[in-house]
Amino acid sequence: MGLKILTEHINVPGIETLEVYRKHGGYKSVEKAVKTMTPEEVVEEVKTSGLRGRGGAGFPTGMKWSFLAKPEGVPRYLVCNADESEPGTFKDRWFMERNPHALIEGMITSSYALGANTSYIYIRGELMFILRILEKAIAEAYAAGLLGKNILGSGYDLDLHVAPGGGAYICGEETALLESLEGKRGNPRNKPPFPAVKGLFASPTVVNNVETIASVPWIVNNTGAEYAKVGIGRSTGTKLISASGNINNPGVFEIELGVPVEEFIYSDEYCGGIWKGKQLKAVVPGGSSVPILPANLILKTTAGEGRLMSYESLSDGGFVSGSMMGSGAFIVFDEDQCIVRNTWNYSRFYHHESCGQCSPCREGTGWMEKVLHRIEYGHGHQQDIDLLVSVAKQIEGNTICPLGDAAAWPVAAAIRHFRDEFEWHIKYPKEATAPGAVYRGQLDSVTA
Amino acid sequence: MAKITFDGIEVEVEDGTTILQAARKIGGNVVPPAMCFYTPLKGSGGKCRVCLVKVTQGSTKDPRPMPKLVASCITQVQDGMVVENTTNEDVLNARKSIVEMLLINHPLDCPICDQAGECSLQDLSYEHGVSSQRYEEERRTFNRVDLGPYIQLHMTRCILCYRCVYTADQVAEKRVHGVLGRGDAAEIGTYIENMVDHEMSGNVIDVCPVGALTDKTWRFKNRVWFTKPLDAHRDCPTCSGKVTLWNRGDQVLRVTARKDKYNEVEEFICNTCRFDKKEMSDWTIEGPRHIDRGSVISANHYELPVVNVPIVPNLPRSAKKDLPNAPEQWNP
Repeated sequence: MGLKILTEHINVPGIETLEVYRKHGGYKSVEKAVKTMTPEEVVEEVKTSGLRGRGGAGFPTGMKWSFLAKPEGVPRYLVCNADESEPGTFKDRWFMERNPHALIEGMITSSYALGANTSYIYIRGELMFILRILEKAIAEAYAAGLLGKNILGSGYDLDLHVAPGGGAYICGEETALLESLEGKRGNPRNKPPFPAVKGLFASPTVVNNVETIASVPWIVNNTGAEYAKVGIGRSTGTKLISASGNINNPGVFEIELGVPVEEFIYSDEYCGGIWKGKQLKAVVPGGSSVPILPANLILKTTAGEGRLMSYESLSDGGFVSGSMMGSGAFIVFDEDQCIVRNTWNYSRFYHHESCGQCSPCREGTGWMEKVLHRIEYGHGHQQDIDLLVSVAKQIEGNTICPLGDAAAWPVAAAIRHFRDEFEWHIKYPKEATAPGAVYRGQLDSVTA
Repeated sequence: MAKITFDGIEVEVEDGTTILQAARKIGGNVVPPAMCFYTPLKGSGGKCRVCLVKVTQGSTKDPRPMPKLVASCITQVQDGMVVENTTNEDVLNARKSIVEMLLINHPLDCPICDQAGECSLQDLSYEHGVSSQRYEEERRTFNRVDLGPYIQLHMTRCILCYRCVYTADQVAEKRVHGVLGRGDAAEIGTYIENMVDHEMSGNVIDVCPVGALTDKTWRFKNRVWFTKPLDAHRDCPTCSGKVTLWNRGDQVLRVTARKDKYNEVEEFICNTCRFDKKEMSDWTIEGPRHIDRGSVISANHYELPVVNVPIVPNLPRSAKKDLPNAPEQWNP
């Protein structure tokens, strides 16, 4: 078992109450930070720790915090992005449901570091029951003097609010989230200005993922240098992975970054191998928007080295033979899964969730979905494959927010690695549309 | 002041100017097209993506190129910035693909559309689009909606530029309509078909780049290229009263605000001027209106044969040849 930073006490009964949480060392970081450290020192610790954003982009958190503009007389905000809606990702929901105080502790410490006196947790509308859990925990924290005016007698004030969204995927994009939080339609903003300069209510704002914020207390308690020792290379610390798909043991796992992918899939400690002893076909290692990788490329890089669960190793080889860490949603496909159908499913999701603001994404996502639908149901033409590649390329990079890229990457990657499966679907529509029919040609090259 | 190089042409502009405005200062054929940006409307721009340009040098201080193509209408200039528009193949390819995207759900019903002849999308697809189509699925369609007695909304033609939303918000004071739904199901609407009722509401017709919002007092009366535009004015208590009349003989067929060569209105006009004053005796005629672009009545705009390269004379060589990275269909 590796080191558990986030989930050490998660199975303690009653950890959702303040009393039990404090008994297990909770809110120590708040005391340490507000009483003995300056905000700059906290930011410095986070910088040293090398903690990277856990929401998907993997941007160094300390760096993001130091970019925050600090003009006189303008309030600053910390917003926690709990609008977790990437297909395959369920770590934040799981974490907040079981250990709400860990997030609140992180929010207080991080807000202190950033000098924010009002902070928000923007939670997905579907997670209303977690909103109630969080509100209960916040009320406890207020009663204990951990929130509100003059926290623990230090003179630092913080108000923490939980705001529910309407359940749109796009509101997980930070600027769309801020628009939604302001009460407007959740459309992403054009950047620049970045939220660090002009974010919520036109004030400097930092938006961080739940897991990122929940990692901060440990860093404050044990110093950033200690955190940097965990993990591998520039991927420091631990990460929650939501493993799903055809595995024996799906669920959320906290791993030290740098665990080999092969071990992660086949070890009983984690996924426990492929369901019913079948063969591994493909893996989407970071949530639906990152490129899919076939079994041989997910286990080993093109250089023949074993792939590790880390930001660098998973993106080794760029998009030609690599993928991304993303939000840590590890989706496993066995030999009986149809990649065309899966790609169509993802595409349908992005078509449904595109906000409709900028033209390439609004029109392109629908176009890709329709073409993939046609192929899946046996009405495709051979040139459709090139059409899809071309449309994906036309969307990628030309949109306001990364949703366009997120819609284009899985389609482009599926065609890149499973082109023969698409061709088979088009060439033999009758066989391909039969119930349970799967192309097995490429499985010969799979090593498991 | 900031000095930038746009397509090899140096120009000096005020700090805080956008790349698009700097290009407009140069003028001519290097100006990127704009479908959603509208100078008089605050907050507009950045949505249609047709004005994408390549910034090959960020500024003198930080000469790194910007990683992606940027929307020129909302990106501010930095001193020493180098921008490529018509001289960059990536930009031209991207623009073609955006035009293709804009057209896939557009009904292409120009023969029965009132906007034909002065439609920004028509111009854009002539200049930057392709003559072939790769989209064979069903297009999205909507029913026509009457927004009060004067304005008709035909969402099928809409390209969701949000200009009318900003107009309703900023010019007509009270927000009367907005965008409902999302993705390609997004539509301009008034929620439960409310009437748009404000004395400046008619301006949404002028700002619409396509034929989605049309003037019901003008619909199907005539084709725009048969009419003669005249500058005229009257004493109006609510607006400036400076308009363009579109006449056939002595008959005033419609009244619009005066638009500059980028199809942007100079001054917004009120509904009384626009819809009620349709007699020559209501107006003091100033003389003929010169329409620079944006209408087939401006002679010769479409005279060149439609080929798959932008109609830009004096263009450096690289952009005029077939675009090598473009898909097959684009270089027949």
